[in-house]
Amino acid sequence: MTKIDLLQGTLDLMVLQTLSAMGSMHGYGLARRIEQVSGNEVLLNQGTIYASLVRLEQRGWIGSSWGISGNNRRAKFYSITHVGRQQMAEGARYWERLTGVMDKVLSMGKEPGGEEGVA
Amino acid sequence: MSLLRRSWQRCCAFFRKKGLDADIEAEIAAHLELATEENRLRGLSEVEARRLALVSMGGIEQAKDLHREARGLMKLDIVLQDVKYTLRTLGRDPGFTIVAVLILALGIGANVAVFSVVNTLLLRPLPFPDANQLVWIAPPPTKCGLSCATYSTDAYDTFRARTHSFQDVTGYFAFSGTDNLSLNLGAQPIPATSIDVIANFFQVLGVQPAMGRAFTAADGLNGAAPVVLLTDAWWRTQFGADPAIVGKSFDMNGKQTTVIGVLPKSFDFGGVFSPGVKVDAITPLNLYGPPRDEGNIITMIGRLNPGVRLAQAVGDAQAASTVMCWNLKYPESCHDYKGNVVPVPLKDYIGGRLRRSLVVLWCAVGAILLIACVNLSNLMLARAAARGKEFAMRSALGASRARIVGQLLTESFILSGAGALLGLGLASILVAWLAHQGALALPLLSTLHLDAAALGWTVLIAVFAAVVFGLVPGLRIAGGNLQEALKDSGPGSGQGRKHERIRSVLVVTEVALSCMLLVGAGLLMRSFLKVLDVDLGFQPDRAAAVKVDTDFNSAPPQLQAQQLKSSLQQILSRVSALPGVEATGMVDYLPLGQNRAWGTPIPKGKTRADYKGVAGPLVYVVTAGYLRAMGTALRGRDFTWDDGITNDQVVVINESMAHFYWPNQNAVGQVLTNGSQDLHVIGVAQDVHEESVDGAEGWQIYYPMTQQRPNGLELVVRSQLDPGQLAGSVMNVLRELNPKQSAAEFRPIKSLVSHAVSPRRFFVLLVGSFAGLGLLLAALGIYGVISYSVTRRTQEIGIRMALGASAGRVQRQVLTGTLRLALAGAVLGAAASLAVAKLIASLLFATSPWDLATYAAMALTLFAVAAFSGYIPARRASRINPMVALRAD
Repeated sequence: MTKIDLLQGTLDLMVLQTLSAMGSMHGYGLARRIEQVSGNEVLLNQGTIYASLVRLEQRGWIGSSWGISGNNRRAKFYSITHVGRQQMAEGARYWERLTGVMDKVLSMGKEPGGEEGVA
Repeated sequence: MSLLRRSWQRCCAFFRKKGLDADIEAEIAAHLELATEENRLRGLSEVEARRLALVSMGGIEQAKDLHREARGLMKLDIVLQDVKYTLRTLGRDPGFTIVAVLILALGIGANVAVFSVVNTLLLRPLPFPDANQLVWIAPPPTKCGLSCATYSTDAYDTFRARTHSFQDVTGYFAFSGTDNLSLNLGAQPIPATSIDVIANFFQVLGVQPAMGRAFTAADGLNGAAPVVLLTDAWWRTQFGADPAIVGKSFDMNGKQTTVIGVLPKSFDFGGVFSPGVKVDAITPLNLYGPPRDEGNIITMIGRLNPGVRLAQAVGDAQAASTVMCWNLKYPESCHDYKGNVVPVPLKDYIGGRLRRSLVVLWCAVGAILLIACVNLSNLMLARAAARGKEFAMRSALGASRARIVGQLLTESFILSGAGALLGLGLASILVAWLAHQGALALPLLSTLHLDAAALGWTVLIAVFAAVVFGLVPGLRIAGGNLQEALKDSGPGSGQGRKHERIRSVLVVTEVALSCMLLVGAGLLMRSFLKVLDVDLGFQPDRAAAVKVDTDFNSAPPQLQAQQLKSSLQQILSRVSALPGVEATGMVDYLPLGQNRAWGTPIPKGKTRADYKGVAGPLVYVVTAGYLRAMGTALRGRDFTWDDGITNDQVVVINESMAHFYWPNQNAVGQVLTNGSQDLHVIGVAQDVHEESVDGAEGWQIYYPMTQQRPNGLELVVRSQLDPGQLAGSVMNVLRELNPKQSAAEFRPIKSLVSHAVSPRRFFVLLVGSFAGLGLLLAALGIYGVISYSVTRRTQEIGIRMALGASAGRVQRQVLTGTLRLALAGAVLGAAASLAVAKLIASLLFATSPWDLATYAAMALTLFAVAAFSGYIPARRASRINPMVALRAD
């Protein structure tokens, strides 16, 4: 099976959620984490994560600082801000509503007595 | 909120590119190291670990680009990149850049300057508050001059009382001449020009004095203390900008006159009401003094009530005209103004006559701009052709068409921006120069300046120019076939030919446009020469006039005539005795200046009903010798000093009038009557152009000063000497005879003519220089195309010469190509000129808009210039060394 192309805007939410769950992380760590959690199902060019990170940082939803990684390398660490958490909650709600709607629409006609039957 | 923050951050990021780029570099490097390390820990070899890390990273450059796009202002980055690149390429080709910017600067500069003139004269409201409420109230134009364009004080009073559309009506005394005020500060009296205005003049116009107060009704009453308002310019030059001037009094025309105020700098009476005349002071007109019986003397200016439309005011004035009397003492004069009281917007009165000229001027500069654009298009095409491979290469490397067109447009915008800046500089010089041409009889000139509208106009035409000359080559390049462009390396192949064809079309357009300009300028020039050639009815050369001050007005009436006669005789005999003086005489109004009429005398024995609708002759009160001094031919006899008040009233009339009344008889010896008095015609004088050089002559009648009182005195002196040489001795005589004689200007009669034709000269000069500019640009265009085609065909020419073509033959061939372009352009241009020539017909004088000679002359000029601009490359072509040419490239 081919990997899933990421929808516009979904990466931002994934990043926020990951940071919120895992605390401070560097770009590579974030990318790996998202790949692992997705069960290697998303097609993520790891480089694209940096555009997402700078966007979120400019909005003030995440903060960043240079630090030393677990294996003693200099890397930039990102962490979610208070505003970021609020935005993440909002984004998650929106996403749930969207998936809810998609579920309903896609399940149309599969249940007995659906519209198809009536027609 | 976050949007705002983000925009701000993006802007900041835009300016901190270097630091941020280093940041992302470091971050990506760290990312790769972390990934490689993890892969290595999974047991992969060093090389494979790194390879996999790079694979999962995706494109590094793309990642950086994405990052930059997300963080900064990518579009602006691209524009800046284009700008930087353009500046570099333009800098590498300074010849092209300088020529392009100069061409644009000339085109844009001319446009902005003319726009400023048009804006001042036609578009911008007059320099008064609520200027659109102001109307000029006058009869439709007639032949009897100022007297038929003005109203009597009785008529003014009635009009003011009987109309309801006006907030108020004012006016000024229309017959004051220049230097009619003599300021006596102790030494020699200083001449100045003042205008009498009705006391409410400044209230109606809405002008507040900069200092002191305006006139009040009391200032214009009998017995009021003499007061004066100074113009800003006179206050500065004559009174040293004295801040305490208000309240001081000076001897003006022999009366202690109090300065009650100084007018603002923005108020320019001459500029608005009598172009080309410098007015120094404004004095109140006493409506209830002597002017009461002087007939038509006032011009009327009204201010409409808010919300009143012009049509209403016209109807209102029409109704009032039926009850306006010329003089209440003569009830029969109460129908004189019927239908002759018509308000027109003051702005139309002032600028209306110039509308057509200005529109033509505007079209001319528009054509210049188009020619400049076509020229630039051509240059850009030539450049683009040379850079065709560069663009093809960029395109092959992935640049989008939009990006390439954008790059070319950036180039044209930068060029036109530079051109606009330089053009604005040129325009401001031109405008400043024009604003100081006080002698030019064009209204509102002194208010001329580059304003915000002119700046807006500059931006507009700069953008227009950039798009016009940038888009054509841009689309051509971008629309071209990539492969073909890359292949198009050899001479004579398709793309190059196509370019040349477009360029030829552009050149033909250019030549056609400049041909139209040339024809227009040629027609105007020919008209102007014809105007200068008009037989004016007097000989302006070697004659001069000076205003003579007398105090005969102060003598009791019965003494006046005798006193005047002897003082005139004295002056004339003394001046005649001066060496070099051929003839002298006096007149009260010089031709081409002010004038007046005294009704219409008719042949004795006829009734007025026989001559309905005849306009009265202009009246000149002269001394013996005046006609000879002016160089006006005379049949019959001249006046003599013996034509006294006790003798028959004698007159000299002009040919037109004599011919009208006595078509088949000698008018000399006939008798006219003005209703109360017989006028014996003793002579018939040549028709004189009294009102304008290019207008038709009307009727004139001359009265001797020994029988009629003059309104002023102008001494006319004809001599073999230059007027400048004579000035001193004549002034000495005048001063000796009258110590109060002011230092009036000794004016050559030629200067009157030149003042009268100054607007025409101005337009001819402007249109002529635009045509010259157009021709120059067209020549440049021709040169560019021919020169380029010679360069492109160097090898071909080399081969032909190697095969035996002579230098002369090559040269001839190139020249033929040039002339073919010129011919096509000239034919198109001439055809277009024929079509539009009618538009300028009303500006021409004694010249047909289809004047063959002009068309032929212009076509010849065009050919000569084309041939010359083709000759240079043709010569180069004939000098090509076949061996060198074949080895090249």
